[in-house]
Amino acid sequence: MKVDVKHLAKLAQMEVTEKEEKTLEKGFEQTLKVIDQLNELDTSQVKPTSQVTGLTNVWREDKVDKSRMLTQKQALSNAKKTHKGYFVVPAVIRHET
Amino acid sequence: MKLNELTVTAALAGLKKKEFSITELVQACLDRIDQTDKKIHAFLTLNEKALGQAREMDKKWQDKPLWGIPFALKDNFLTEGIRTTASAKVLDDYIPQYNATVYQRLIDAGAILLGKTNMDAWAHGSSTETSDYGPTLNPWDTSRLPGGSSGGSAAAVSADMCIFAIGSETAGSIRQPSAWCGVTGFKPSYGRVSRYGVVAMASSTDSPGPIVKTVDDAAEIMKVIAGPDKFDATTNPKPYQADDLHPPAGGLKGKKIALPKEYLLKEMDEKVIQLIKAAADQLAKSGAEIEETSLIDPNYAIGVYTIVQRSEVSSNLGRYDGIRYGGNRSTFSWQAKNRSLLGTFALSTGYFDQYYAKAQKVRTLILNDFAKLYKDFDFYLAPTSPGPAQKLGAGKDNPLFGELEDKLVEASSIAGLPGLSLPCGTVSGLPIGLQLTGPQGSEAKVLSAGKIYQAATKWHLKKAKL
Repeated sequence: MKVDVKHLAKLAQMEVTEKEEKTLEKGFEQTLKVIDQLNELDTSQVKPTSQVTGLTNVWREDKVDKSRMLTQKQALSNAKKTHKGYFVVPAVIRHET
Repeated sequence: MKLNELTVTAALAGLKKKEFSITELVQACLDRIDQTDKKIHAFLTLNEKALGQAREMDKKWQDKPLWGIPFALKDNFLTEGIRTTASAKVLDDYIPQYNATVYQRLIDAGAILLGKTNMDAWAHGSSTETSDYGPTLNPWDTSRLPGGSSGGSAAAVSADMCIFAIGSETAGSIRQPSAWCGVTGFKPSYGRVSRYGVVAMASSTDSPGPIVKTVDDAAEIMKVIAGPDKFDATTNPKPYQADDLHPPAGGLKGKKIALPKEYLLKEMDEKVIQLIKAAADQLAKSGAEIEETSLIDPNYAIGVYTIVQRSEVSSNLGRYDGIRYGGNRSTFSWQAKNRSLLGTFALSTGYFDQYYAKAQKVRTLILNDFAKLYKDFDFYLAPTSPGPAQKLGAGKDNPLFGELEDKLVEASSIAGLPGLSLPCGTVSGLPIGLQLTGPQGSEAKVLSAGKIYQAATKWHLKKAKL
């Protein structure tokens, strides 16, 4: 199985150098070969398992819980760029002229 | 015996009898770190306030379960005001604004943080070699790896730089470094210990737990950290039952232990197999009935674990945008890219059913296989790792190094089972670990069996010569 590393890097927003691209491509081929061994097992009669706790629908009351909250000052304390109490993010919408 | 060499239970007893002070105990650990950590590199950040906290605590004795006990914490647990990196340059300057539940419970119980320990970056590895801050070395042989990802914590316990340590395991990250460093490591059932405030690796298997000098200590730490947490909806809502911890007077009489033949790998050193068989004999002497049996080939668990973990990693690393905290995405190192991209592939249109859905179905087969085993048995016994600590650099060119080294603990991790790794001998002077693994929720029983084993053997008392 050949994997399009460049495309995946774009999807995952990872910066991959050309050298890394080659190493990753080779590694993925090796890894997928190991994973393909799963096809030796018949799973036509089983359902998938995504979690093992057996818990369903864990709710809490829809009330403000201060113990789960950071103050504005705390929330901004690790941000590289802030403006008047807000996070500054890179522009994602381009202005058409 | 020097104070830093004490176990949790011995240190607690000594403090209570006023044989030494908390300040002396903390100072002994700090001195040991000062003497040996240049060589081992177990710690990334030291808690500068540790000694001051010890002095304060000496002045006002409180009857709390871990009052005055110094410990080391893996650097993926958030510590308010103390840098937390998960050994990843992306988080190089991250100062958490809140505490992980595990850390909060430990300091509430009176434990004193010595520092944060090195790990594979983001916990992506089984060697501590992929740390963006350089590897930790094995105290038994500094040309060898400590294992990982909780390698710093295991090395710190092994070299007596702390009284106990905390690690986290996704599949092997507590048990494998414990085995390679000759210490005791316990991975609780998934959901028994809160993941709140732990930098996420694979959220459906991540399990925090203790790395310690004896099973008794693991039991003491579990009493403090285990149990439901309102901040982690995946924690088991039932309170943790620790009252089963004292070994029954009859030893292991009536207990049945499985010895799965698939876990004694063909490629394994015959000496490792001998040590496991000797451990089985020892457990039989303590009253257990040992029976050779069969489990799904652990090689299949590699495929399931790799897909599940890579997929969850790709999702969990998506949040690092460099806006709210940390560096931007150009600061990720190689292993994070390797895992994130393969996970993105497994979850992408056209491949989802072939890889992710297939893996999750085989996961069901593994769960069913264990359910069948535990109808007849209380635990299974196997080696923790296929062999002793590998040489530095062993993982460099193998994209599946961790997965292969952890193949004997992956199935149990995927199934969320509690597992204990105990020293059971040495091969060429390097420690070997056995695993005792029980059904979900059987922590106290597994610990109890481990306690019986350690009462009858001395392997856990053997120390690295540094």
